[in-house]
Amino acid sequence: MRYLPLSDTDRADMLARVGVSSIDDLFADIPEAARLKGLVNLPTRKSEIEVERHLNRLAGKNVAAGSVPFFVGAGAYRHHVPATVDHLIQRSEFLTSYTPYQPEITQGTLQYLFEFQTQVARLTGMEVANASMYDGSTGTGEAVLMAHRVTRRNKAVISGGLHPQYRAVVEGLSNLSGDKVVSLPADPTGTEDILAAIDGETSCVVVQSPSFYGQIIDLKPIAEKAQAHGALLIAVFTEVVSLGLIESPGAQGADIVVGEGQSIGNGLNFGGPYVGLFATKQKYMRQMPGRLCGETVDAEGKRGFVLTLSTREQHIRREKATSNICTNSGLCALAFTIHMTLLGEAGLTRLARINHANAVKLKKQLSAIAGVEVLNKAYFNEFTVRLPKPAHDVVEALAARGIIAGLPVSRLEPGKADLANLLVVASTEINTDEDRAAFAAALKEVLA
Amino acid sequence: MSMNNQGRPTAAGDAGSAFRPKTFTGNRALDMEEPLLFEIGRLDVTGVDLDEPEAFEAELGAHARKSGIGLPGLSEPETMRHYVRLSRNNYAIDAGLYPLGSCTMKHNPRLNEKMARVPGFGDIHPLQPLSTVKGAVELISELGDWLMELTGTSAVAMSPKAGAHGEQCGMMAIKAAHIAAGRDPKIVLVPESAHGTNPATAALLGFKVVTIDAKEDGTVDLASVKKAIADNAGNIAAIMLTNPNTCGLFERDIMEIAAAIHEANAYFYCDGANFNAIVGKARPGDLGIDAMHINLHKTFSTPHGGGGPGSGPVVLSDRLAPFAPLPFVRKSASGLEMVETEAGLKDGEKPFGRMTAFHGQMGMFVRALAYMLSHGSDGLRQASEDAVLNANYVRVGLQDLMTLPFGVRPCMHEVLFDDSFLKDTGVTTLDFAKAMIDEGYHPMTMYFPLVVHGAMLIEPTESESRAALDLFVATLRDLVMSAKRGETERFTGAPYLAPRRRLDETRAARAPILTYQDPVPAMVTPAAAE
Repeated sequence: MRYLPLSDTDRADMLARVGVSSIDDLFADIPEAARLKGLVNLPTRKSEIEVERHLNRLAGKNVAAGSVPFFVGAGAYRHHVPATVDHLIQRSEFLTSYTPYQPEITQGTLQYLFEFQTQVARLTGMEVANASMYDGSTGTGEAVLMAHRVTRRNKAVISGGLHPQYRAVVEGLSNLSGDKVVSLPADPTGTEDILAAIDGETSCVVVQSPSFYGQIIDLKPIAEKAQAHGALLIAVFTEVVSLGLIESPGAQGADIVVGEGQSIGNGLNFGGPYVGLFATKQKYMRQMPGRLCGETVDAEGKRGFVLTLSTREQHIRREKATSNICTNSGLCALAFTIHMTLLGEAGLTRLARINHANAVKLKKQLSAIAGVEVLNKAYFNEFTVRLPKPAHDVVEALAARGIIAGLPVSRLEPGKADLANLLVVASTEINTDEDRAAFAAALKEVLA
Repeated sequence: MSMNNQGRPTAAGDAGSAFRPKTFTGNRALDMEEPLLFEIGRLDVTGVDLDEPEAFEAELGAHARKSGIGLPGLSEPETMRHYVRLSRNNYAIDAGLYPLGSCTMKHNPRLNEKMARVPGFGDIHPLQPLSTVKGAVELISELGDWLMELTGTSAVAMSPKAGAHGEQCGMMAIKAAHIAAGRDPKIVLVPESAHGTNPATAALLGFKVVTIDAKEDGTVDLASVKKAIADNAGNIAAIMLTNPNTCGLFERDIMEIAAAIHEANAYFYCDGANFNAIVGKARPGDLGIDAMHINLHKTFSTPHGGGGPGSGPVVLSDRLAPFAPLPFVRKSASGLEMVETEAGLKDGEKPFGRMTAFHGQMGMFVRALAYMLSHGSDGLRQASEDAVLNANYVRVGLQDLMTLPFGVRPCMHEVLFDDSFLKDTGVTTLDFAKAMIDEGYHPMTMYFPLVVHGAMLIEPTESESRAALDLFVATLRDLVMSAKRGETERFTGAPYLAPRRRLDETRAARAPILTYQDPVPAMVTPAAAE
């Protein structure tokens, strides 16, 4: 086996040195009844060539987003990632390192985490950020739990503009931990009255902007009312590039900001691994879940970095920990940080403007088609259209023509008649004029 | 005379000289100091060529950003150099033995990376039409089949994002199963040697944790389990147990523990962090477990990436299978179906909810399956055997000098020492670890498990050659002898040779600095200006 360095001679010599006559003597503690006598019922080893052939065959059954005009967003976005990013994250010293428990020999990881935390804090307009979460959806669940710790209340109000799968994560967690969740109905246009749902028992209000439907939400009045009632505003985003162009949640008064960072540096990967961004105010720092990297000095007075505030964490506090998390998305956070370094503020702003400009063009083209209505007035690179027939059927018909057209809302919100004809479409910098023209022309035909 | 001396010395040299030049840059040859991005980047520099959109008309409402962000940029060559230099301050498994017990730092084959980046896997969207991702659904199903076969279970939840997330998933399924049966037990039993994630997960879901003692031999005390069950009759939801346990030992009474738990109408959650010791040797399902997460990054070699991402699918027994969260792949006569919402459920399927948006860590699924296919059933068993053999080889190489808290006996894939061999030497466990750094090793897991004073948990994994183990053992023997000889300076000031000397963790925690703050420009007074 090419990955195993021991030869049979080594094994025999080592068993003799250990003082046993066979390898099974070392497994003697396993109850006899449960000890496997032969091999499990699975194929035996394959050569590198055979593994590649098998996996390439499976990959070939999928339509790669980059091979077609592609307009799906809804929480995951196809952006161009510079080649430098993937090259750097594949360096052995990053890729095959572990959690930086020994800071003297993991300053590479620790310094990029510190850079990551700073970038995230600045982007979101918050004072502190952690070293990343699993993804935006689990980060949202953790934010709700954190709000419960801070406010000592347990009733969360969820906007109807939150990604339905994010909502499901929060509801699943809350239902089983005995917390209450008030989920408002789906809100494609951002006109819901969330203020009316806030009362003196509310722990937090969870609002996504731009919303799942693409609508940019004014967070300021929500933050004000929430805070007046002793509740926290948790601002969520799924498209981090939007922060290059629209006002940060922090500037609008959010208490916790959580979002998906996949757009910067990370591929689509069919949903994971992604990178959750999590930021808050200084005063809530010790209630924040996840890993934190902090600055310090070494014995010679040189600046260095360490994991810090671990007294909040499971390995010390056990059942009293702020969360059970004992990892982050280190490598995805690195990809984020490298891509963001390459962009810089100048590049991020331009990238955001291109995204928005492409979405504006797409909106114009789609809204020119008879029977198609665009629902959002203020949006970034994604918006919702109402079609004259079920969106699911339209998307399948367009897929058959080689165009991946967007997400039918009914896929995540089945059985709701008022949502059946809604399609969420996204346009990023990868879409060309030809892509948009092909989409519009095909949609026109399918609807005709 | 050849110009190329192939590294042989051309003269006697001054190897004995203690002279160390103080450099102007602070660099030490290949060991370079690297400032923070925020100290070298500029707000108007970008390493990405993007053109301004023509005829830009914003439809942002009143939401356009009004202030700057403060994100400096670097050109592409500067970016490359910045992160390459940072990388060189990192230890990594590709650079040397990384014996972190319970973390399983094994070789990460690059074939896995290559396959995960094939556009048909890496460049597919979780919400593009299911008709266009049939291969992805098939891959998830195939990986699930491998996991179920290797564990002897009948269902698997693929979406948990990491080990602790998998624990949460398993315990949520257990809670849902109790609720469905009209029960509401409040107590979860957790051995004192468990990973901290176990009690944290139980508490997260509103359970009360009752700690179970270990026996003298380092394994869970069956009598204590039975007593806890009796003391809390009718109120036990589950036991969370790690097997092989964190002392590097297989829980011999595991089947009796499972039987006692099941008799109490409770469930057996197994922490699968150490599954890599027994793959192909025993199946957790045959041992009586109801749920177990599998750390794909440990057992099946997806790279740890400086602390993540992980992936923690959870295998489930028949009794818990109906409660597996959304989404899941269902096999039917017409092929594979991806079930994403409750609207797609059939009778008997009662998912407790959803662990994450989308389908889980697909990128890790590809890597893990590539690893499994490469090894096959025979190679996976061999890997477990070699991991256990290597750990025992290290044990016998050190057990006369270092102390085994539970006496001389075979261990599984990791060997646990305690620090009593350092007694009266003036060297602490931490000092000992830091001295290993100067020898070019990443230290072992320290101070865990908590049940042992000054624990040192060594897991060499199957990736190490005999020669590498021999050198490691010889190094540790030299360190132990050095400590016993009273050469404390080698330890208390260590590391001397790493990119940083010992870092002040207390200072970092006392006044935390989590983000970079731009320096405030010094006030220019008229006097200073003159």
